[in-house]
Amino acid sequence: MTSEFMLAAPEIWMLSLASFLLVLDLYLGRWARWTTYLLCQITLIGAILLTLNVFGQVETLFYGAFVVDNIGNFLKLVIYAIGIFVLIYSRYYLFERQIDRNEYFVLILYSILGMMVLVSARSLLTLYLGVELLVLPIYALITITKEESAAPEAAMKYFVMGAMASGMLLYGISLLYGVTGSFEILEVAHALALQPKDPQVALLFGFVFILVGLGFKLGAAPFHMWVPDVYQGAPTSVTLLISTLPKVAAFGMAIRLLVDTFPTFNVHWEQLLVVMAVLSLAIGNLAAIAQSNLKRLLAYSTIGHIGFLVLGLLAGPESGYASALLYIVIYALMSLAAFGIMIGLSYQGYEAENIQDFRGLGTRQPWVAFLMMLVLFSLAGVPPLAGFYAKFLVLNALINAGYIWLSVVAVIFTVIGAYYYLRVIRVMFFDAPLENVSFQKVPNYGVVLLSVNSLMILALGIYPAPLWNVCSLVLVAPK
Amino acid sequence: MMTFPLLSYLIWVPIVAGGIILFFKQETYFFAVRGFSLLISCLCLVVCGFLIKGFDAAQWQMQWTETSSWIPNLHIQYALGIDGFSLPLIVLTCFMTLFVVLASYHSVKTRVNEYLAAFLIMQGLMCGVFAALDGILFYTFWEAMLVPMFLIIGMWGGKNRIYATFKFFLYTFLGSVLLLVALIYLHFVAQDSAVIQNQDVFNIIAFQKLPLPLETQKWLFLAFLAAFAVKIPMWPVHTWLPDAHVEAPAGGSVILAAIMLKMGGYGLLRFILPITPDASLAFSGGMISLSLIAIVYIAFVAIVQKDMKKLIAYSSIAHMGFVTLGFFIIFALIKQSPDSNHASMGIEGGMIQMISHGLVSGALFLCVGVLYDRMHSRMIKDYGGVINSMPIFASFFILFAIANVGMPGTSGFVGEFMVILAAFQANFVYAALAATILILGASYTLWMTKRVVFGPIQNESVAALVDVHGMEKLMFFLLAIAVLCLGIWPEPVLNLMHATSNHLLDQVSQSKIVGNL
Repeated sequence: MTSEFMLAAPEIWMLSLASFLLVLDLYLGRWARWTTYLLCQITLIGAILLTLNVFGQVETLFYGAFVVDNIGNFLKLVIYAIGIFVLIYSRYYLFERQIDRNEYFVLILYSILGMMVLVSARSLLTLYLGVELLVLPIYALITITKEESAAPEAAMKYFVMGAMASGMLLYGISLLYGVTGSFEILEVAHALALQPKDPQVALLFGFVFILVGLGFKLGAAPFHMWVPDVYQGAPTSVTLLISTLPKVAAFGMAIRLLVDTFPTFNVHWEQLLVVMAVLSLAIGNLAAIAQSNLKRLLAYSTIGHIGFLVLGLLAGPESGYASALLYIVIYALMSLAAFGIMIGLSYQGYEAENIQDFRGLGTRQPWVAFLMMLVLFSLAGVPPLAGFYAKFLVLNALINAGYIWLSVVAVIFTVIGAYYYLRVIRVMFFDAPLENVSFQKVPNYGVVLLSVNSLMILALGIYPAPLWNVCSLVLVAPK
Repeated sequence: MMTFPLLSYLIWVPIVAGGIILFFKQETYFFAVRGFSLLISCLCLVVCGFLIKGFDAAQWQMQWTETSSWIPNLHIQYALGIDGFSLPLIVLTCFMTLFVVLASYHSVKTRVNEYLAAFLIMQGLMCGVFAALDGILFYTFWEAMLVPMFLIIGMWGGKNRIYATFKFFLYTFLGSVLLLVALIYLHFVAQDSAVIQNQDVFNIIAFQKLPLPLETQKWLFLAFLAAFAVKIPMWPVHTWLPDAHVEAPAGGSVILAAIMLKMGGYGLLRFILPITPDASLAFSGGMISLSLIAIVYIAFVAIVQKDMKKLIAYSSIAHMGFVTLGFFIIFALIKQSPDSNHASMGIEGGMIQMISHGLVSGALFLCVGVLYDRMHSRMIKDYGGVINSMPIFASFFILFAIANVGMPGTSGFVGEFMVILAAFQANFVYAALAATILILGASYTLWMTKRVVFGPIQNESVAALVDVHGMEKLMFFLLAIAVLCLGIWPEPVLNLMHATSNHLLDQVSQSKIVGNL
């Protein structure tokens, strides 16, 4: 029997385990505290199994509040997989700094639960619930190290901006409810389809507010102001988290909102998305040139990449959504590797986060430098790395949809973007190492992990077909 | 008959070998690393021999083809094949890489394994560019090649290497992304077209059959040109080349001049002429003018250079002007007469010029490399009277210099002569302007030779120079043989591409505008 609860088993499992672990951790002595971390990993692996178990089924549960479908399940699987890496990197980061706080891992689990709820929302209220559950633990995570002076500021900024975005989103949802009389996404979509050609002002307002909320969550320009400060201010392990998991979840949110809720509205959102995409590409790539802090640089580069994601969404259902999905998955992988390497090179009292800190890495630790080079060239979109195929597929979808001029704009900003990635590579390989800084070697297991992570980018570049197949299959949405 | 995937071997063996040597530190495995890379590059030459042996020069169709699916639901294929244009260039690639490996024995002292690995990987990627039949596969190789070159210039380059390598990378990257957009666009045209089979929608050969309206062709032409003109490089987008050449290590300069520039010319033959013939016709006047400017103006620029490498770099641009002139002069000829002999002379002359320039400029850069290893200077004024201390080297240097001038009997003569002859048929003025290279080329090359090689010994360090030793002698000897053979008896090479160039002329002379079909 597959009851509703069986289908929602991953979420239920995640919630119960996370709550259990939070309590358990209080009763564990110092010597046994690693068990919490281990159990967190087991929780994620269990969630993978449970999700695989329901993969392929399409069902709406809980009176239309929650949906189990392929795209949701796929996003969840991506989130777990990246989550496992995030936990490992974070543990290393905390361990190096002797921060003995296991709630860190549990909070990540709660945030992941929020993402799971978000990507399986079938009702706007569930969606809102997911968004809030996603961000609340992250606010706490940013300030977890205490010593970081910039961290409270980053947390504050993230909180205020996040609250504002949530407010916008909620206001939009309420306007939408006023017009259509429902929170359920399919019913809203149905009601919207019956609307006259020129929609009511209230509806347009509601839509724009929702889009603004989404723009904040994605970090797309012109709603990007929080991104650089939060990336830079947060501890690197939290930046790693922020730059990967919520982006994947935000893609799910975009699909649920734009594609599921407003399918007939695309004439209106396309124009807005064009502006958002071009601005993101421009601001992200141009502002990154001037950065000397690698975290901040990657923050701006994220904005540029989100521009590409938006372009994918813009390109429409034929292959655009699938290309955007592929883009975000590959982006998350690249971001994971980049921040992972930064974490690996840092240790207590020394953060490898300025570009100059990477000087001479090519002679000091050639293999790690090589991996970083792969990641950076991939971010720049040079074949045969995965980042290129992500860009290629988005461009492909875009040209198919007839936006040739947009694709030209996009590739030109890609070239501008290549400049600052090259700058980092130049520092690693062409500059002599600084004499007076003592460096720590990345531990062996870290090197193995980072190699897996980065070589995956190379492998996906050489043979992108399977991932692309999956991405286009899960998005063939059975209604 | 063609069951053995030789082309794939030619691409992947060097790349994998390069990957392997990356792991062997030079201190411990000094000889093993060098021996292994030499072995690999010799092996590639042997494979080239088999390629030529199995190549049927009477056909214009792609040979040694390999096709397998790569990204199935977009119909992107791993499709390889060669015709009369790509085969000589592939052989040239393998041939020149061998010299780079040989030359590194003495000139590179730091990070030898990484240096050799970069060049082996480059070799594989360059062969890939010449052999790829799928648009996206082509683009992948085309772009991936920038990565090792970027590192080569940046890691082993001269004083101003960072600026040069950034300029090189960004310039070429900007050109090629437009190529990508053009390829994707063509793919959608192919998808809607009835002429093309579904699995071939990214195939370059299939693109050549597409009927396209003139307006579209013009845009595509410009997008392609952005990529290829930068690589060739044509005036006025040539400025990255002198910088890159001057700063690159000797091996990097050789590969840049001998192979990378040829990719631009190859792109013209593979993409621009057959895919957008009507736009090429429309723009041919402009292209011819740009070529002539490159030939005449850049030759004057070359005369005043004080740096040997810069001088050779500018001379490369002037010589590549001949290539583009030969390729676009055909439109003037097709208009004039139905007899395609002259037109095919333009194309084949351009091809021969590319091969010859690859050999000659490669050899000259190696010569400068030899001098630089000993004196650590590229400035002409630091030399003088080299012939007294290095007689063998000097004789090779002079041979390559007169080949660069285009003396009959050397390879430089054949290409230039054929192109000038073709230009004569089209327009006297073109030919007269093009022929000035014979004088200008002689003046800058021979003047440099005079100042460097002849005259009394300038200073003590010149007097202390040691002549070329075994490995270098071998290298120059092989190159000299190649230059002379191609100059005295170019027939075999011409035979290889006759059928292909005639086919190209057929394609070019038929309008692809839909209404005319």
